[in-house]
Amino acid sequence: MAEFVMPALGADMSVGTLMKWLKQPGETVARGDIIAVVHTDKADVEVEVFTSGVLERVLVEPGAQVPVGAALAVIREDGAPAAPRAPAPPAAPALFPAAVPEAAPHIAISPSARHLAEELGIDPALIHGSGPSGRIQRKDVEAAAAAREPTAAPPPVPTRAPPAAAPPTTPPAAPPAGPAIEDRNAAVRRAIASAMSRSKREIPHFYLGQTIHMSNAIAWLAQENLRRPVPERLLHGVLLVKAVALALREVPELNAVWQGDELVRREDINVGVAIALRGGGLVAPAIHETDRLSLDELMHAFRDLVSRARSWSLRSSEMSDPTITVTSLGERGVETVFGVIFPPQVAIVGFGTLVERPWISEGQVLICPVVNASLSADHRVTDGHRASAFLAAIDRLLQEPDKL
Amino acid sequence: MTRDEITEAVLRALSDVAPEADPATLRPDVSLRDQLDIDSMDLLNFVIGIHEQVHVDIPEADYARLQTLDEVVDYLVEKTAP
Repeated sequence: MAEFVMPALGADMSVGTLMKWLKQPGETVARGDIIAVVHTDKADVEVEVFTSGVLERVLVEPGAQVPVGAALAVIREDGAPAAPRAPAPPAAPALFPAAVPEAAPHIAISPSARHLAEELGIDPALIHGSGPSGRIQRKDVEAAAAAREPTAAPPPVPTRAPPAAAPPTTPPAAPPAGPAIEDRNAAVRRAIASAMSRSKREIPHFYLGQTIHMSNAIAWLAQENLRRPVPERLLHGVLLVKAVALALREVPELNAVWQGDELVRREDINVGVAIALRGGGLVAPAIHETDRLSLDELMHAFRDLVSRARSWSLRSSEMSDPTITVTSLGERGVETVFGVIFPPQVAIVGFGTLVERPWISEGQVLICPVVNASLSADHRVTDGHRASAFLAAIDRLLQEPDKL
Repeated sequence: MTRDEITEAVLRALSDVAPEADPATLRPDVSLRDQLDIDSMDLLNFVIGIHEQVHVDIPEADYARLQTLDEVVDYLVEKTAP
């Protein structure tokens, strides 16, 4: 039997709300099937299963808030014998305590508060709990952090904390409606605040920039789009994303995450693309195996991702799998981006607007389209020499757009 | 297509890329990009919407002429003229 667990769908996600099941017990599921929808601070996320088999039983009812890593359902893997007819499974709330290991059983603390305490380096034993029976809540951790650093800036966590991950006493009778758009935008803002604060607190950023000559790429793209039907046109951003993905093969230490105290390289190159949401905020879901996609496939994936991000319908693997982020802020004329790394990633690439500039080549002054590429990288992982090789690779790849 | 029909089709295509757009408050002589926060992906989807509804393929070279609602409608009236 395999457990289907609440996935981590962002750097600072500690709890998610199960919105609905898309499969019922007894139904067959295949690896990659979407079987549930989970609400997080950033979106309603379609959650995929990574085991093929039969959905044996669900452990959580819609509406329940569930800590990351806690079991949501049990899946009988292909080839495994059917479970004997068991007594009715216990009610979902009873499973939560078992699903959330308590590092210090004698301390009553909500998972959300524990996560925050670990992040801030505060010993839960030193925190006064204000919840029922002295249970430590997220606000208690924030208060402890503020007390520890009375002269520091306000704690870099949302003041309106997300709901604590305490097990619900009774599941609601019906799945809750999705939050109002204003609430969602506010939740996105809080999630960004938390992730970016963590990034600036923990990651020693360094920044490099390079101006890339885009004549070849833009001329090739213009010709390409001239011969294509309108729905199949490419955006120049797709060339940039593909060039980043291919350059990562040459500097693989940037295709990685920082876990605990060490670099963990990722084999798959899953570029997260920053997508602005209407009404404010952004998400940066992954395009899986970006380096292996043709430009057509990449464009299709990008369009699909933008559409689903703006309709709050992303998938769990898209939220959890980015290995680097690309952000393009040239729409309104910004020329240079100084990006903040999305933890646990170790780099973010920024592109500014495509703009014509004088360019000197072989003693001639030419007018050429150029774009400024920037790299924000984690100095624990790499240094300027390797990072500059990465930008140089992006530049070189963009000079031969037909090979992307 | 009449000018009114073209205008309706353009507004439909716009509402697909910017669902919050209110045709009643949209100023026909002000940049759509500024009013609706349209990016390059939205613009491409808008051009695809025009392609599907008005059956006019707008070349990329003409995008710069299509800043406002009035300009888009004028352009399409010209392109669909018998």
